[in-house]
Amino acid sequence: MGFVKGLKCRECGREYAIDPIYVCEFCFGPLEVVYDYDGIKKVLTREMILSRPQTLWRYRELLPIDGEPTSGLHSGFTPLVRADKLAQHLGLKKLYIKDDTVTHPTLSFKDRVVAIALSKAREFGFNTVACASTGNLAHSVSAHGAAGGFKRFIFIPASLEHSKIIASLAYGPNLIAVDGNYDEVNRLCSEVANKYNWAFVNINIRPFYAEGSKTQGYEIVEQLGWRTPDAVVVPCASGSLMTKIWKSFKEMKQIGLINDMQTKIFSAQATGCSPIVKAIKEGVDVIKPVRPDTIAKSLAIGNPADGFYATQVIKESGGYGEDASDNEIIEAIKLLAKTEGIFAETAGGVTLASAIKLIEKGYIDKESVIVLCITGNGLKTKEAIVGHTVEPFHINPNLKSFEETLKKIDSV
Amino acid sequence: MTVKVRIPVPLQRLTKGKEEVDGEPGTIISLVNSLDKKYPGLAERISEGGKLRRFVNVYVNEEDVRFMNNEETEVKDGDEISIVPAIAGGG
Repeated sequence: MGFVKGLKCRECGREYAIDPIYVCEFCFGPLEVVYDYDGIKKVLTREMILSRPQTLWRYRELLPIDGEPTSGLHSGFTPLVRADKLAQHLGLKKLYIKDDTVTHPTLSFKDRVVAIALSKAREFGFNTVACASTGNLAHSVSAHGAAGGFKRFIFIPASLEHSKIIASLAYGPNLIAVDGNYDEVNRLCSEVANKYNWAFVNINIRPFYAEGSKTQGYEIVEQLGWRTPDAVVVPCASGSLMTKIWKSFKEMKQIGLINDMQTKIFSAQATGCSPIVKAIKEGVDVIKPVRPDTIAKSLAIGNPADGFYATQVIKESGGYGEDASDNEIIEAIKLLAKTEGIFAETAGGVTLASAIKLIEKGYIDKESVIVLCITGNGLKTKEAIVGHTVEPFHINPNLKSFEETLKKIDSV
Repeated sequence: MTVKVRIPVPLQRLTKGKEEVDGEPGTIISLVNSLDKKYPGLAERISEGGKLRRFVNVYVNEEDVRFMNNEETEVKDGDEISIVPAIAGGG
């Protein structure tokens, strides 16, 4: 182990030692982990990866911890589902769903970032972990933190889906429901993080935490047979996942795991919170914050930390962005469920609905290899589709009653 | 009465460890420039060419100045200002 060289400011290039810090003292730019890629290239081969257990830790040399992982030992390596029925419906040739609805243990891609964040928090010697969350992160930090024996402070907007709040409470954290939107929770947490010596996974541990998202990209490449897709559609909240998937492809090329990389990255947001897609459509790289109003609460970040870098990824890769209304999100959730048997949370509806628009408008080539990143499970946001599904048939417990209903069903 | 300004950790070295300092009413950018006289180097960290830096968020009484008048937002006696690094959060 030990391929991490230090931290470096993405903006001004100043270097820092490995510490629980996240911004450059000079220009406030984000700090990013620097690796010894030459060293990694010597040891991390396809064979080495294939010989390891099917978890995100099979790419451990590319992850920023020094010792053995201690959190999320079963996280990652979710299925890449060949979605032929959905592809047929949309007139596509090769469509895949990266299905993070089944990530262990809390059914969203956040288990990837938290696995790294809490392993790192332990290396730093913290005994309290915390986060500012739109729901999935709350769920994940509550669970991984419980398993790791950490004291937990979980900050969420009080208006989150009931299912997500209950899912987090089950693990017995200190859940702080803030009377405000996510951006307000985030600002508060930045100030709390200033004052208390806790491992805030997405604040002072963020440079390490965010690296966990790369594992989704590594897995896509490995599962496609060591090639990058032609197009990847990624839901954007802070924009971090999208920038890290892009980074993962570049790293795999740099260390020789793949020879070629020609991928366009596409951003998906809800129309009611689309600061990144708006900037992409307007061709600017200044992100204007918005006040979110969408059923896709996990993506409701009006002031996205990585918004600027997300626009750069779109430019660099030649991709684009689209946004989806609440109705389009619900219809897309149902379409994915009916065609592929995958029940995604609202963010998944955003991804599919936006992808459909990108395909219809010609930004994504119908003949190409397309991957949709479906990042969370529908059971977490089931409130969103209540009243929009088929209704159950109510019958009496006898054959006559059933057969009367069956006639009605058959006649439709 | 003055304007209270909360200072983030990366800048507290410049304010000799103080988490909160007093500022003068006026626009955000004039406030930043006047703080720089007492705490040299502060303005350079927060702003560039009279504009707030890309990765700095400033809030007046918990409201993001980008929803108001950016660096030209007026602050008055009794207002509370927070300077917060923009790179935080996500999901």
